[in-house]
Amino acid sequence: MALEVNTNEFKQEVLEAAQPVLVDFWAPWCGPCRMQAPILEDFAKENSGVKVVKVNVDDNPELAAHFNIMSIPSLLVFKNGVKVNQAIGLQSKADLAALVK
Amino acid sequence: MAELIIIGGGPAGVSAALYALRAGLKVLLLENGPGALARAHRIENYYGVSAPGTELYAAGLSQAAALGAEILHEEVLSLDYTGNFSVQTASNTYTAPAVVLATGTKNVTVKLEGLQRLEGRGVSYCAVCDGFFYRGKKVAVLGSGAYALHEADYLRHLAGSVTILTNGADVAAAQAAGFTVDNRPLQSVDGEEKVSGVTFTDGAALPLDGFFIALGTAGSSDMARKLGALLNGRFIAIDADGATNIPGLFAAGDCTGGMLQVAKAVHEGAAAGSAAIKYLRTLNKQ
Repeated sequence: MALEVNTNEFKQEVLEAAQPVLVDFWAPWCGPCRMQAPILEDFAKENSGVKVVKVNVDDNPELAAHFNIMSIPSLLVFKNGVKVNQAIGLQSKADLAALVK
Repeated sequence: MAELIIIGGGPAGVSAALYALRAGLKVLLLENGPGALARAHRIENYYGVSAPGTELYAAGLSQAAALGAEILHEEVLSLDYTGNFSVQTASNTYTAPAVVLATGTKNVTVKLEGLQRLEGRGVSYCAVCDGFFYRGKKVAVLGSGAYALHEADYLRHLAGSVTILTNGADVAAAQAAGFTVDNRPLQSVDGEEKVSGVTFTDGAALPLDGFFIALGTAGSSDMARKLGALLNGRFIAIDADGATNIPGLFAAGDCTGGMLQVAKAVHEGAAAGSAAIKYLRTLNKQ
């Protein structure tokens, strides 16, 4: 299950995580985000080495602004506290795998 | 209410319609003129046919009409899903449980320095998806037709200001709708991390936070992307049956990429029409 993370938890859950983290910036009103959710869950199940989290941009606008999120879904990959990759728009499972590599 | 709405009246759309009609479905076909076929002076590589593209287009529509399709000449502006698919045109809204996207590909594109680099960083192709991030900010819409006005109208309720940039095209429609319009040709989209503005060929700059692209008519990929369909680059991703990842949404023809040929469009239309029949039968049983 992808973990819902808010602004206060972001540092500990994402930036200080030991393993690579895939972050899905999403919102409930966004059609492509709703399609992304099951793909993300599937990916999380099959990739236990990657931590998968979600950030609701409606509830956490300051986080979205900090990472210059201007289109959702936006999928960001963090390793050792640093953003190493980013994709915009709906991503397939294969796209996600390539993104975290 | 139609059971199947087909958007596009070319070989893919008509082929889907023929299969659906012969299976007894109520079909609404929305067409907006012969796109790529109009540019084909003569089709000579399609089985049994040697005719101008426009002639083939007209023959296809009459064939679908003869089998009972309702055919309307209307430009589609947007496609939404709320229990059923709802298709908005300039004058009406139509709903159906299944849709085939077959609008072909866009012949209107723009090459601007910085455009691709800033996609998702201020350059957007979807007002409904991204407008949220531009509340109170300064945005521009690139385009001059009904689709551009539709996108601009959505942004008008969110953004601080909306300017329509026609890049040399006619300003009358946008002005009549009450928008600020600038028709000077564009040179580049500017910004490092995100969009800071655009520069015109005359050297003048316009500071912006967001730059929305809405050239020509709403393409199949634009509509599919807004609903959350998977894309392959700028084309719609489909399986062998013409189905997208969204239940009830099918696509066929040039908008799925690959060979931009009548033969391929007809094949994919037939597949999508057949898959739509199966989908609707299963839906009715539930």
